[in-house]
Amino acid sequence: MEVKIIPAPQTALPTSAQPISSELEVRIRKRFSNPEGSFNLNVHFRALAGFTIIFGASGAGKTTLLDCIAGLTDPDDGRVAVGGEDLYDSEKKQNVAAWKRRIGYVHQDLALFPHLTAEENVAYGLHTLSAAERQARSREMLELFRIGHLRDRRPSQISGGERQRVALARALVAEPRALLLDEPLAALDRPTKSSLVGDLRRWNQSHRVPILFVTHNGEEVFALGDEVIMLDGGRIVAQGQPHEVMRVPRLETIARLSGFENIFNATVVALHEDRGTMTCQLGKDAVELETPLVRADVGSRLRVGVRAGDLLLSTENPRGLSARNVLPGTILRLEQRDVIISATVDCSGTEFEVHLTLAARDSLQLEPGKSVWVVAKTHSCHLMGM
Amino acid sequence: MNWEAFWLTVRLAAIVSTLLIAIGIPIAYWLTYSRWRWKFLVEAAVALPIVLPPTVLGFYVLVALGSRSPLGRWWESLTGHTLAFTFEGLVIGSLLYSLPFAVQPFAASFGAVDSSLLRASASLGHSRAQTFRRIVLPLSKAGLVTGFALSFAHTLGEFGVVLMVGGNIPGVTRTISIDIYDQVETANYSSANETALVLLIISFVVLSTVYSLNRRPWVAGPWK
Repeated sequence: MEVKIIPAPQTALPTSAQPISSELEVRIRKRFSNPEGSFNLNVHFRALAGFTIIFGASGAGKTTLLDCIAGLTDPDDGRVAVGGEDLYDSEKKQNVAAWKRRIGYVHQDLALFPHLTAEENVAYGLHTLSAAERQARSREMLELFRIGHLRDRRPSQISGGERQRVALARALVAEPRALLLDEPLAALDRPTKSSLVGDLRRWNQSHRVPILFVTHNGEEVFALGDEVIMLDGGRIVAQGQPHEVMRVPRLETIARLSGFENIFNATVVALHEDRGTMTCQLGKDAVELETPLVRADVGSRLRVGVRAGDLLLSTENPRGLSARNVLPGTILRLEQRDVIISATVDCSGTEFEVHLTLAARDSLQLEPGKSVWVVAKTHSCHLMGM
Repeated sequence: MNWEAFWLTVRLAAIVSTLLIAIGIPIAYWLTYSRWRWKFLVEAAVALPIVLPPTVLGFYVLVALGSRSPLGRWWESLTGHTLAFTFEGLVIGSLLYSLPFAVQPFAASFGAVDSSLLRASASLGHSRAQTFRRIVLPLSKAGLVTGFALSFAHTLGEFGVVLMVGGNIPGVTRTISIDIYDQVETANYSSANETALVLLIISFVVLSTVYSLNRRPWVAGPWK
């Protein structure tokens, strides 16, 4: 399609941190390819000031979406506008060049300029300002992100977390009208991640711009999200507050993404309408789970999702518990991930993943081969359609 | 040792390789970033001097510079003499002859700059030209030095094009390689050896400088 490039008015950067009321409107259709084939990205949403999480598996079209908003890729058609100003409009044949859009973009690989120091990297987007102001603004931003002491170092001379801070500072110092973050925290350990998120929040309290934050990590959704947009196969499959979208997984893709480590095929074997529960049999094995009642007939097939963090392990057959599901089993494996122990427990042929603390593993002396009981509350068992 | 021929050759090589920086960078830029479907034809044309016998190249340059061609006529109306058999003519011939030795390392180093840096630069408000100046050029320093040095060394040793375009006029178009040829013709072997050795040593020094800067092999041939 022939799209004319119209230069945006060259505006000088605001000298102080003015709150800009900007809303990002995105309506995009774009054909894209990933290793599994080619898809149509087809989305329409508005993002207000604050964090909007774009959540989806890899290949869902998240990066294509951000590239279209940043102007690095042209959509097939649609409209992108920020603060009421059109950046792209296929009907009006309007397409503002990427470098005139003033949209901050931090990609997962950061793309710091290797031949420039941290300070020069941060000052890069301030080229329209005087040298003195450039230096003042970039130093201020380096301090805000607590990397002032690294300003003379090159990217190759600082750690991964520090590089992440430089990349964020570089994008923010130019006072973008919207910020696109493509898995910027993916490579960080947890403490670094949360302190960086804190800095980002602090910055946005005074700036109030829409921040699209792409992730495939369910934890980040809860840590950041004001609003979540769930993307699958190029389409928005769910949208809303994190707890609405993430806690009630009606779709299996959501379930898997939002951290349901355990997903089983199940058959309804009995309904207990008086108690609001029902009994499901897992797979073809004799493992039965009591789950919340849903509208289903005996014999119908469902899927049950249980978070690994919602399961308990007991080394003795527990008594006097309110939890209705107590399943005997044997530990197959114990793996340490970060500060979590992931235990795989075989219960009569069905494998459960259970997350424990290091202390729990040690005090219970858990090890492969040990007999345990897996405990699940009825309402920890989430039902999904097949 | 014919010092007149030596300094003439060094002057020629220095002028040609400096001009090739100015001419080669835009060509290499275009070859790196253009998505024109017939780009390969231009790539092939730029690489031609690598495979073409210098006499063929020299012959066509001679024809193009002669008083029957528009270029030759224009030059003649401007200066009163033809380009053929002059130092200026030699510069033009050598520019064509050494063009791929500058353009290919330039294009290879431009192409090696990570495209994510270019995208980052665009989203930080820099136009393509600004990005090229502040990101691509500084990161292509090794390629620029390589292109400069290779075209310098290549011009130092040219023979066929010089003979066709410049002839053999002492102090005007007689370069070292022609001088060596003359000395061999007159069976003056010890003098030929002296000059040849100087050329050999200079070429070796230039090339080892290039390789020590790059620490990776330079490939002559179609570039990515």
